[in-house]
Amino acid sequence: MASSEVIIECGRSEKNYWRDLWRYRELFQVLAWRDCAVRYKQTVLGVAWAVIRPVLAMLIFTVIFGRIAKLPSAGVPYALMVFAGMLPWTFFATGLSDASNSLITNTGLVSKVYFPRMIMPTATITAAFIDFFIGLFILAGMMAWYHVLPSWRILLLPAFVLLAFLAALGPSLWVTAVNVKYRDFRYVIPFLVQFGLYVSPVGFSSSVVPQKWRLLYSLNPLVGIIDAFRWCVLGSSIEWRGVGISVAVVVVLLWLGIRKFRNMERTFADLI
Amino acid sequence: MPNEVVIQVENLGKSYLIGHEMRNGRGQESFREAVGRQARGMVRAALDIARGRQIIQGNKIEEFWALNDVSFEVKRGEVLGIIGRNGAGKSTLLKILSRITEPTRGRAMIRGRVASLLEVGTGFHQDLTGRENIFLNGAILGMSRAEIKSKFDEIVDFAEIEKFLDTPVKRYSSGMYVRLAFAVAAHLEPEILIIDEVLAVGDVVFQKKCLGKMQTAANSGRTVLFVSHNMQTVAGLTERAILLHGGRVAANGRSAEIIEQYLVEQGPASTVYQRAASGTHPEITRVELYTSRSGQVQQFGKPMTIDVEIHAPEPVPNAAVSFHIMTSRHQPVVHVLDLDSEVPMLRSAGTHRLRCLFPRLRLYPGNYYLNFYFGASEPRRKFEAPHQICPFEVAVLDEVREFYWYPDNALYVEDVQWTSQVVAPEGTSGNPVLHA
Repeated sequence: MASSEVIIECGRSEKNYWRDLWRYRELFQVLAWRDCAVRYKQTVLGVAWAVIRPVLAMLIFTVIFGRIAKLPSAGVPYALMVFAGMLPWTFFATGLSDASNSLITNTGLVSKVYFPRMIMPTATITAAFIDFFIGLFILAGMMAWYHVLPSWRILLLPAFVLLAFLAALGPSLWVTAVNVKYRDFRYVIPFLVQFGLYVSPVGFSSSVVPQKWRLLYSLNPLVGIIDAFRWCVLGSSIEWRGVGISVAVVVVLLWLGIRKFRNMERTFADLI
Repeated sequence: MPNEVVIQVENLGKSYLIGHEMRNGRGQESFREAVGRQARGMVRAALDIARGRQIIQGNKIEEFWALNDVSFEVKRGEVLGIIGRNGAGKSTLLKILSRITEPTRGRAMIRGRVASLLEVGTGFHQDLTGRENIFLNGAILGMSRAEIKSKFDEIVDFAEIEKFLDTPVKRYSSGMYVRLAFAVAAHLEPEILIIDEVLAVGDVVFQKKCLGKMQTAANSGRTVLFVSHNMQTVAGLTERAILLHGGRVAANGRSAEIIEQYLVEQGPASTVYQRAASGTHPEITRVELYTSRSGQVQQFGKPMTIDVEIHAPEPVPNAAVSFHIMTSRHQPVVHVLDLDSEVPMLRSAGTHRLRCLFPRLRLYPGNYYLNFYFGASEPRRKFEAPHQICPFEVAVLDEVREFYWYPDNALYVEDVQWTSQVVAPEGTSGNPVLHA
């Protein structure tokens, strides 16, 4: 019985936090499942949207950057290169934008039930995996079409998927927390995501960036992630030092995100 | 272990900062002033963000203690009622005990698995089906998936929604929605249950079912903390209650006494209608209804008195005064008539007082008001009389019987005499038995 004794005090919630996070894992699963279940409810095309959006974007990028601007694609079909970059990018962007609003769209829950709040943005990002997995199938289909065979490197893909997840989680936690207080960030995120699409190597290969700027460019964590994705799937060349920088940036952002979130979490119910 | 303290609250306090917008003294502010004020506000907010402080709208900030220095204990198996007016701090207290928000001062210790129901249907998703929402809501309230699965049929049965299990809840009627939500909540089996005013929903039959379910929960040794505005429910479910006033514990003790104190706080034990006499025609100038308790609450079965003052500029021959006691749904329940031929009245000019005594008021617990009628029979005349006056509430506060007092269960309770006898002991039969 002593295990279920709870002390409520100002600043006290710190202690049980990580244990509670584990104890509430079923709620996490249920919330992630809910976000998946309602994703395409009451749409005519349903899950087809998960196919249409990335395919259309891929076509546009291929035509603009591949055909018109004639950018290099390092030996793989341009469309394939774009799609392999689009997968982690779309996952990151959807995860970040959905998670940033996750607490605000669940105000009722936050103000009426206790649970470690970190569950909410994390579950929302997890739900972005459906689109990602559907995208993986499309990618596999395209590789078959272009007769591109993956090598052993594809086995490392899950590691970079995890990296993409953490890359989305760090900033999400930060923005979610701040968003509860200052709704301004609701307007900042769509803008950042739109902007990020062009500063990340989604529509082009990062090899078009001059060599001396490559490391600086890797400060954008998506650069390392997208490069690594292309390396795993298509065997494109990779700048490992750049990936290292991206990993470091992801870790720092994650740490900042968790710290900010934990600092503000106690006041969520009062502010939301 | 009975008698073990499972909730211990010590000097709990919670403060909020509220901002007020102070304008210049002239009342109207010019566009230029408004722009200036907004700009100053923006600069201040930006500074607050930079320093990581809370932004507060307005230029005058006040600290407000929603809860202050609250201490009490709850033992295992106890059902504690928490009452108080709006803004007394009841909800804040429950929120702190449910760990939704943190106290500013003090501490609370809770021993055991807690489930709190501060709202019915928290987290229901409109687009999901009834079946899906049972799992979602159950998980949100703290049930494990296995627990929900094992109770699923029971929940569906309780909610009476079998046919609509696979329909999105946004297509549900509000009654079905609430039934489903409460059904999930009613199947929680925590050691400590925290409930905020959730019984005030659903149709009558369902309310009865929920009350029954809660009574079973309380009887099975579960600790319950219960906030309500409905004195009837508090009296019926709790033995002990706490009265909160302005964020502090004003009283802590036996429910019946605490309720009494709360009612005193609610106002005097009478309700008055009054108007100035016009002096041109006979009219009812004042009606005062004296309830047996403070706060316009009439205890069931106790005397109730109604005084009526009539001003008559000249004598009114063959006067007649009557009134209806109406339910809050505008349905007349009692009609009372007073005729001059029975009780002589208004036979001289001046102000007269009629007194009507109900020796044992037997209206069913609920809210009522009065409609008056005033006239004369010979010559036939009709005067204006007040309607919808003197609201009062009938409640049963001490004599609580199980399965008896439910909101809107009936309108009136008659004094009856039951007898019981055995007409056919087991083994014999009252009817002739046919043998083949």
